[in-house]
Amino acid sequence: MATLKLTDVAKTYGGTVDVLRNINLDIKTGELIVFVGPSGCGKSTLLRMIAGLEKITGGTLEIDGQVVNDTPPAQRGIAMVFQSYALYPHMTVRDNMSFSLKLAKKSKAEIEEAVSKAARILQLEPYLDRLPKALSGGQRQRVAIGRSIVRDPKVYLFDEPLSNLDAALRVATRIEIAQLKESMPDSTMIYVTHDQVEAMTLASRIVVLANKGIAQVGTPLDLYERPENEFVAQFIGSPAMNLLSGEIVETGQHTTVKLDGGGIAVAAVPTQAADKGLKVNVGVRPEDLYEAQGGDYIFDAKVNITEALGEVTLLYFEPQGDNEALIGKLPGIHNGLRGTPVKMTAKPEKVQIFHDGRSLHYR
Amino acid sequence: MNPVFQGLITIAVGVGGIFVYFIASNAFLDKVLFPAKGPNASRNINRANTIRPWLFMAPTIIALSLYLVYPVIGSFIRSLFNRSGDEFVGFSNYTTMFASSEFRTAFWNNVLWALVVPSVSTFLGLLIAQLTDKLRWGNIAKSLIFMPMAISFVGASLIWKFVYAIDPELGVINAIRVNMFGASPLDVLQIAFWNNLFLMVILIWVQTGFAMVILSAALRGIPEETIEAAIIDGANPFQIFFRIQVPQVTNTIIVVFTTTTILVLKVFDIVYAMTGGNFNTQILPSYMMQFMFRDDGRATAVAIVIMLIVTPVMIQNIRQARAEMR
Amino acid sequence: MDNIAGKKSSLSIVVNITVFLLVLIWLIPTVGLFVSSFRDRDAISASGWWLAPLATEQTFRGRGDTESVTPGDGGVVLTGNVFLDPEIAPSFPNGEGKIAAFGDSGREPGEFPAGEVADLGDGASLIVERSGDYVFTLPEDPGDRGPRYYVVAKTPPSFTLDNYRTVLSAGGMGQAFVNTLTVTIPTTIIPILMAAFAAYALAWMDFAGRSWLIAAIIGLLVVPLQLALVPMLTLHNQVGIGQSFLGIWLAHAAFGQPLAVYLLRNYMIGLPRDIIESARVDGGTDFQIFMKIILPLSFPALAAFAIFQFLWTWNDLLVAKVFLPSSEETKVMTVKIADDLLGSRGGDWGILAAAAFVSITIPLLVFFTLQRYLVRGLLAGSVK
Ligand SMILES: Nc1ncnc2c1ncn2[C@@H]1O[C@H](COP(=O)(O)OP(=O)(O)O)[C@@H](O)[C@H]1O
Ligand SMILES: [Mg+2]
Repeated sequence: MATLKLTDVAKTYGGTVDVLRNINLDIKTGELIVFVGPSGCGKSTLLRMIAGLEKITGGTLEIDGQVVNDTPPAQRGIAMVFQSYALYPHMTVRDNMSFSLKLAKKSKAEIEEAVSKAARILQLEPYLDRLPKALSGGQRQRVAIGRSIVRDPKVYLFDEPLSNLDAALRVATRIEIAQLKESMPDSTMIYVTHDQVEAMTLASRIVVLANKGIAQVGTPLDLYERPENEFVAQFIGSPAMNLLSGEIVETGQHTTVKLDGGGIAVAAVPTQAADKGLKVNVGVRPEDLYEAQGGDYIFDAKVNITEALGEVTLLYFEPQGDNEALIGKLPGIHNGLRGTPVKMTAKPEKVQIFHDGRSLHYR
Repeated sequence: MNPVFQGLITIAVGVGGIFVYFIASNAFLDKVLFPAKGPNASRNINRANTIRPWLFMAPTIIALSLYLVYPVIGSFIRSLFNRSGDEFVGFSNYTTMFASSEFRTAFWNNVLWALVVPSVSTFLGLLIAQLTDKLRWGNIAKSLIFMPMAISFVGASLIWKFVYAIDPELGVINAIRVNMFGASPLDVLQIAFWNNLFLMVILIWVQTGFAMVILSAALRGIPEETIEAAIIDGANPFQIFFRIQVPQVTNTIIVVFTTTTILVLKVFDIVYAMTGGNFNTQILPSYMMQFMFRDDGRATAVAIVIMLIVTPVMIQNIRQARAEMR
Repeated sequence: MDNIAGKKSSLSIVVNITVFLLVLIWLIPTVGLFVSSFRDRDAISASGWWLAPLATEQTFRGRGDTESVTPGDGGVVLTGNVFLDPEIAPSFPNGEGKIAAFGDSGREPGEFPAGEVADLGDGASLIVERSGDYVFTLPEDPGDRGPRYYVVAKTPPSFTLDNYRTVLSAGGMGQAFVNTLTVTIPTTIIPILMAAFAAYALAWMDFAGRSWLIAAIIGLLVVPLQLALVPMLTLHNQVGIGQSFLGIWLAHAAFGQPLAVYLLRNYMIGLPRDIIESARVDGGTDFQIFMKIILPLSFPALAAFAIFQFLWTWNDLLVAKVFLPSSEETKVMTVKIADDLLGSRGGDWGILAAAAFVSITIPLLVFFTLQRYLVRGLLAGSVK
């Protein structure tokens, strides 16, 4: 039920330490926006600025068209779920969930109703009278979520809510959050994580933060298929996208690049005649590589190591020149390839071209 | 012999003696009693290791049993004898004591002390800890409020004797009375009942720093996120303090409170130096000192009463310690 | 937390002011003592210590200088300067002062403002200038005894070290200072060593009854010292120690044990188990592990307890009163102040203040330089 607009938002600590600058972002009602980025890139800082827990040192933040830079956190209509749950250890689950409503002087009946509704949604009914220390990690996280639900906020903020859980619980809770979102189509959510699986599965749009700014905003598939820059290309997807240096030799609707390693890559990226001779990096995802059956190949290298994961096999190729080790991902099991040279190629639609770190798709 | 010289010798003998004791006793255990060789080597090592802890603890255990455990029994027995200690009088020291009005004054004053001093100093300590936490000069403020901890109770009493002095040119309180309100100076230490409170102020002045330091650390130990969550939940600074922070440091508050209570039952210096127990300001520790050297039977009886008052705290402490060790 | 959006700054002003006032209240008593210790008896009774840095008005009396008599119209004239009057001059060693007012009766010493001619009746008149110059006009020669006059003069602030001199030389406080040191230093060092060994055993050695011993130590923490006084003094007397330095050393060393063992054990148990076990695997005996690993690593806790024990023994009155003889040569400072000074010197506040300050300088010095360790020790003792 809320829109957010960030205009040139910046954060400087103590007047000297730049953490974020020029953050521009429009968030529509009902979106689930995920902030991803490497550790320390300012995801939490940005989220906490939206919450009001950190002062915004530059630019404006609007919620529903109102500038809220100087509005205290409690009046912003937001709720926040912390990584460490931040449950009040001396209060029962029920008291934890009703605390904000009591402060807002809601009537007993209203509080009771909101709490029991949230407890029902989150299956917390049996635990309402327990103290947080008597709950498991997953239950605590659900209480933290419940505490935000009862307030019926305009915007939900999550700061790495799953990173204190073990792998199995993380998947289960992730699905719960997805279902929760589905049951509340009008609520706007902002979710911080460094886990790209969470980002890809939950987000309606992902915001990749890097180098003190936004590297790209887009739907998960956008980011996967048409990354705007090398950073996003390598950050999204696992293993990371391979990058090979080369030079454009043929332009047009499709572009042909002669690679420094000797191979040829054709990409479905339009270029102009003037681009001929341009030094570029070609990007191919490991899962898009396949063995070339004669004809052109992108690279020809010896397989150093194979990792059979069952449904796929990862191939680690011998590094060529100063390129990083190239990685391929083939369906099925291919342990026999170890030690043999293999020629690999990819479909033109799957090949990206970057110049100066930026994709030629976006110019 | 010059006492300074004697002191130096004591340090040398004491420190050297302790090392000699530990080295020699360990060597004796390992080389002579249970040598780690021969057919029984491994059994001997095990035996030596069961005895070794007791070697390590022996000096402490001897000191403690002699100076703290034996006296509990010794004092009790002594309290059943008369002034000179040669005639068994049963509980008559206690009955005379309970009948004396001075004892009752001392007892009730002590109850008052034990209620007021810990509550006020813990409360002030908590308040100051919280207030200074956010200040740029908070550490300086804390250090100044903590400072009286270094001063002896006698020194503190003297300091406050100046504050309470009758002469309006000397005592701040009377200066304010005389110069601001035009009242005549008076000796605050002679005002019945209230004088007790004025004496407590001195101990509160000393002890608040202790409470503050400990509670300040406890407050800092609270997870920051719970406070931020409360801010988002719409709590104001007072609500955060009383409903989020204070409940999370309850255990520490109890520790500070009991520690101060125990202290109250030990401190006789303030009353002794300020009023000598006159004007109805007697408390048990100073009441006991009245009999010290004069009537050891009565003196030990008072000590036993003090011990009885502390016993519940002691039991509680032991219980908790055993629970934590499990 | 000062980063939160929309936070009111008025609250932080209130906090600043509140803390400032609290600190002020906390400091005033000590400052009063400190200032008073540098003032002499007269200054203390003349004005409050809070006025000490200001010039004070004081009343003096003198007599007209009869040697300056010269005949004048209708009688004789005496001239001179107030500050040269033998009764007043000692209070103004530099000869500088300002007269605010004067008069001719002790009841109203400041009846007339300086510089004004005062008609004293019977044909007599007096004028005293601010500089102290005066002109007395009398109907007849006063003879040998000059006429009385009173002046109210501003005296410059005066501070003196005399109190400290008196306290340290004559009052026996010097001896008491040495005695306090003699009691304190051995009783700070020796109990730490005893307790460190015991604490190591309780923390890192396995034996039956360990948890009971720890519980017993915690119980003994609260046993009132008073219990020990009579039985132990009796025992000391029986074995021939009597009231002596040896006796007080033993007593303090023993009374310090519960807290020392408790603090040190709490600290040692927090040392990484891996280090101790690897030392054991490397073949270290318990004695070696203790000396080479535990002692150096426990330095902060040892320092913390040392400060505690030092402050406690330095400031102690109870144990000193009971276990030391009450003769002049063995009195420690606390006893000296509580029994001698507060009793007999009740009136001489300057001396009292200086004595108190002598007794608290060393603890304050220790406190301010080693505060960090003290805080750490306190925390080890109460928050686990
Ligand atoms: N109070 C502060 N002063 C200076 N720098 C800070 C402060 N708080 C955070 N930072 C810096 O801001 C950056 C972003 O931190 P954060 O938002 O927590 O990263 P993350 O993306 O891992 O959540 C980090 O590099 C951190 O060092
Ligand atoms: Mg973070």
